[in-house]
Amino acid sequence: MKQKEQIRIASGQGYWGDLPQAPYWQASKGSIDYLVMDYLAEVTMSILQKQKSRDPKLGYAKDLLPVMEQVLPFIVEKNVRVITNGGGVNPQACRDAIFEIARRAGIKKLRIGVVYGDDIYGQIDDLLKRGHELRNLDTSAGLTTVRDRLQSANVYFGAFPIAEALEEGAQVVLTGRATDTGLTLAPMIHDFGWTENDFDRLAAGIVAGHILECGGQSTGGNFLKDWRSVPDLANIGFPIAEAQEDGTVYITKHKGTGGLVSVDTIKEQLLYEIGDPREYITPEVIADFTSIKLEQEGEDKVRVFDVKGRPPTNSYKVSAAYSDGYFAAGTLTYGWPDALEKAQAADRIMRRRLSDLGYRYDEFHTEYLGYNSCHGPLSPMPVEFNEVVLRVAVRGKDRDAVDAFGRQLVPLVLTGPPTVTGFGAGRPKPQEVVAYWPALISKAAVKPIVEVTELS
Amino acid sequence: MKRVQLVKLAHARSGDKGDASNIGLIALRPEYYAILREKVTTEAVKKHFTGICNGAVERYELPNLHALNFILHGALGGGGTVSLRNDAQGKTMSTALLRMEIEIPDNIEV
Repeated sequence: MKQKEQIRIASGQGYWGDLPQAPYWQASKGSIDYLVMDYLAEVTMSILQKQKSRDPKLGYAKDLLPVMEQVLPFIVEKNVRVITNGGGVNPQACRDAIFEIARRAGIKKLRIGVVYGDDIYGQIDDLLKRGHELRNLDTSAGLTTVRDRLQSANVYFGAFPIAEALEEGAQVVLTGRATDTGLTLAPMIHDFGWTENDFDRLAAGIVAGHILECGGQSTGGNFLKDWRSVPDLANIGFPIAEAQEDGTVYITKHKGTGGLVSVDTIKEQLLYEIGDPREYITPEVIADFTSIKLEQEGEDKVRVFDVKGRPPTNSYKVSAAYSDGYFAAGTLTYGWPDALEKAQAADRIMRRRLSDLGYRYDEFHTEYLGYNSCHGPLSPMPVEFNEVVLRVAVRGKDRDAVDAFGRQLVPLVLTGPPTVTGFGAGRPKPQEVVAYWPALISKAAVKPIVEVTELS
Repeated sequence: MKRVQLVKLAHARSGDKGDASNIGLIALRPEYYAILREKVTTEAVKKHFTGICNGAVERYELPNLHALNFILHGALGGGGTVSLRNDAQGKTMSTALLRMEIEIPDNIEV
């Protein structure tokens, strides 16, 4: 087993659609050992599942391919290893597409690992039959209630299968649904030889993963405290975790990049999207966020240490998605004077016309951008508006009703209150609502599969 | 006693888990943490978010970060992909909480 003193793990992407130049920046602006990239949001899998059903060669994050083209030289020449969940519901097809890019670039040797088995969409009926109810964690309803509208179902695997692929020499590891935190923890398990019982160390790696998983959000992006003081956000450096064998992690970024790494930027990220801080549950460990200690170690460098963890639960989390009707949303801009009053009148007229036509919705939502779309009823009324954007949205099971809503919005320009503009985007069209179904499944019911392949 | 807005005492970040909004509230100075702990109770937060939060409010303490974490159930109009709101993920719920006013002793500097 190798025993490195320190490894540098760089976050290159916090979600699908994040800053496209960030992965290349991370690979090229300084030395790193690993580049980790998160591409999957909660309902991304349903989109990928649809793409795969239309074309068996699709179903992964296609945006990953140009990124791989840019970072392949660093993989081959500088031994940078890439770990990403961009494999989606078809990591094998993603691997083949990357091999193809490598071939075109004249690369002779490349090992890619895929981790799969997380996609349980095809086995749902069998699992239900075997007594796995996959009850909704929020509502307690059984999955059978939405079975006929189900679009995807995936298990969140953790770091150990990824570490296994690294152990087998994979230079690139593509997973399906893996936890964001597992992408960062895996290299630590691999390089430091951490075992399944090293709960404090595993928890330290999970905390590092939580800090890295939203990319620039820990290095000055979306930083609320004293946000004006963050230098050069145009060249923001994404976070890098310098992990030590004992579980101490230094969070930093490449020299010469913009952004900020401070105890305060790390605190804001640590508190992002967590529940009970004493129980941050992952497949490997339950991390205790109330044990985390932070210290400013130097400029743009924070030490994260003393993290405690305890044994994990017997379940994996499942993320499923199902079709739940349609929605449409549109905007119109009303100018001074009486901008808000005009927008409110337009809303009333539109609702009246739709009601007269006999259309009904599960929800009809109106808000006024510039006035209350952020803080709703907590928004104080300003003395006077220069302009207000009326934003209306509907949701319902009847696609025709949602379509009719779209057809009633733009006509307000010539048949409603005066001085209105901003209708350039045209008629809002009905879009499918894909609802999220969180559940748990026994770890005994599903097994991750690791497959490492050499370019041939 | 004097009334101050939380924006003078804390910074914050918010995100979503389904239809629940999570708001992390961090003391701007370590000495403010005890005040936040005493004054920004689940009841006070629930009342502040009248008309927005339709469910229960949970609060967790992180003394190591001088921070509190709030979970506001039923606060995002159905959550992520179902919500019709402009801010479906509650990204600005952080500053909505910072609008809240609390009473603090006159001798505390803000």
